Amino acid sequence: MASGPQSLGWIGRTGIAFAVSVPTIILLSVAAIISVAEAGSGLTSGDWAALRFTIWQATLSAVISVLLAVPLARALARRNFVGRGVVITLLGAPFLLPVIVAVFGLLAVFGRNGVLNAVLETFAFEPISIFGLHGVVLAHVFFNLPLATRFILQGWQEIPAERFRLAASLGMDTQAINRHLEWPMLKKVLPCAFVVIFAVCTTTFAVALILGGGPRATTVELAIYQSLRFEFDLRRAAFLALMQIGIMVLLAFIAHRILAPALLSHRMDRPVIRWDGRGFAIRMIDYGVIVGAIGFLLMPITMVMIQGLPKILSLPAVVWESLFRSLIVAVSSTIIVLGILIPMSYAAARRPRQSVWIESAGLMSFAVSSLVLGTGLFVVINPIMRPDMLALPITALVNALATLPFALRSVLPAFCQAEADYGRLADSIGLTPWARLKFIFLQRSKREIGFIAGLAAALSMGDLGVITLFALPDTPTLPLQIYRLMGAYRMQEAAGASVLLLLCSFGLFWLLDQGARRVEI
Amino acid sequence: MLRFEQVWFRRAEFSLSIDGSILGPGITAVIGPSGAGKSTLISLIAGFEVPTAGQIYWGESPITMMPPDQRPVSVIFQDHNLFPHLNAVTNVALGLSPCANPNDTSREAARSALSIVGLEKLGASLPGELSGGQQSRVALARALVTKKPLILLDEAFSALGPALRTEMLNLLKSVLAERTVLLVTHNPEDALQVSQQTLFLEGGRVWSAIGTDELFARPHKHLKAYLDKGD
Repeated sequence: MASGPQSLGWIGRTGIAFAVSVPTIILLSVAAIISVAEAGSGLTSGDWAALRFTIWQATLSAVISVLLAVPLARALARRNFVGRGVVITLLGAPFLLPVIVAVFGLLAVFGRNGVLNAVLETFAFEPISIFGLHGVVLAHVFFNLPLATRFILQGWQEIPAERFRLAASLGMDTQAINRHLEWPMLKKVLPCAFVVIFAVCTTTFAVALILGGGPRATTVELAIYQSLRFEFDLRRAAFLALMQIGIMVLLAFIAHRILAPALLSHRMDRPVIRWDGRGFAIRMIDYGVIVGAIGFLLMPITMVMIQGLPKILSLPAVVWESLFRSLIVAVSSTIIVLGILIPMSYAAARRPRQSVWIESAGLMSFAVSSLVLGTGLFVVINPIMRPDMLALPITALVNALATLPFALRSVLPAFCQAEADYGRLADSIGLTPWARLKFIFLQRSKREIGFIAGLAAALSMGDLGVITLFALPDTPTLPLQIYRLMGAYRMQEAAGASVLLLLCSFGLFWLLDQGARRVEI
Repeated sequence: MLRFEQVWFRRAEFSLSIDGSILGPGITAVIGPSGAGKSTLISLIAGFEVPTAGQIYWGESPITMMPPDQRPVSVIFQDHNLFPHLNAVTNVALGLSPCANPNDTSREAARSALSIVGLEKLGASLPGELSGGQQSRVALARALVTKKPLILLDEAFSALGPALRTEMLNLLKSVLAERTVLLVTHNPEDALQVSQQTLFLEGGRVWSAIGTDELFARPHKHLKAYLDKGD
């Protein structure tokens, strides 16, 4: 590594400025929360119930997701079939799926008037309800089963193929392979998957907002929202936010090291050739698991499509207006995240010794969930101006900061490799910072930057977190509009608007992810 | 003339010390076993590393603390010499105007430099469409347009086959005759073929540059050991 007199250039200096200001914004909002949440203001029994519920539902969701993911990952690891690549790509999709759309779909399948209850009724069973704990856990499993599966599948792929050959030549049966090859891998991977999913499930405010509520199914984040929006009790909101930060700090540092690689890895398209599990029964079980999982994941989305597509052109004007607002948020959020990401990565690549420090600066938003950051900014802004005036900019900013950790973990390695390959050449011919960015860094990280741009756009498009804290009744974004339509039982319009949101989220992702690869720099 | 004044470089377990000067113009070969410090020497001269102590002079002016691009130095590396998505003309033109869009003047200069190295017809080609030897020629053309008096070649031709390497060395000799060239190589034959003087490095120690013929005619025991053992 070069350690000579390298200049950072103006882009690198901008990056250093961001590496300082991003943590400052986060710390400022945490400080604001601490200053408002006076010690001894005391927590009610309801607050403790929220904490207990948060931990309980996250534990249940993580355990169920991970346990279901094991047979699914195993089936995908040892079966080779047409469309396997599509299934694995599909497993990455829920990450981009707006929560409100998924929940709408789950309600259409499992809800009071859903498909499942219709079937149960014909057989004279009692209808089931998915509000409360059931619903929250169901939605979490829907979102995290794919994540857990990708995680575990990656573990399976990392078992060297030679070991399976060795096992075959030794004549090991399925049980022996399980014990000597697979169990050691699972012992390492499962706890990681559990921690990551647990962390995710403590910060899915939107799920709790729609499916939770009431004294028995309120999460800490939902309690923050309620005390801020309905009770105007800043102190209590701040205290709850501190509670949430406590949970996240415990989990964040373990989580971030594992989360991004599992999401971003592209090396899962290769099935492992195995000599066990060729029996008819085992094959049937594997395919049964795969078909069942696909059904579980596709049914809700299919239901949304069936109900919503015919309604899409007859949606009221307010829906189109909210779509316009959401698009502005999505585009701004993408611009903000790229505007921070690129200079920060530039600085980190030019200063390898400080890159850890720069990366941690970006990772700080992992420790503070979007809703908590939003709460902090609310507390900061409240004395100065009406928070709702900044609803859209704050939503764009908070979502950008929430995407930044993934962005850095994905783009930074590409920047560092480019610097290692071409840094000296660029130094010796004296490339200007702009030329260095263009010829070395952007050229070599088009894929990663496109992926991150798509991710940022899709996530902020579907955001139903911060916006609920800030928005006024007459200026909702599209997800918030859908939530309100659902609240008013205007289900057909909600279905149409959900399809619109779904198409826009995935469309934006596709456009940016694929588009960036084709850009000639 | 490149002059080292008690230059000492230390990084972890490795250290390199050099004192003395390299005369130009002409080609000086730098030979020695792997890990002897050949690349470190190049890095110190090019400005990628800063010596722990001592000064490096070009003529009378100290260059020790100068950033790489302001030194009177042009470097040709072993690989990653060319940006793979830019054509030959642009790659060469970046030597003159290292900005996002090299101007027409530098593109014109790049074209004439390419014709000097025998690639006048291949200016529009991308590096991936060129052979290894042609890629080396493009890198050489970029060194030509910079007009820098000191050219460093860090194992630049070591990936080429023997015939092609000889061809490149002869080209080097003819087009860079007026400049001071430091040729790092792990083939002692390269030194015999083109260099007036040779610098031998071993274990972070630099033996002063002496005439190549003289050095190889009466090799001291360290050089002899290296030549007998190979790398």
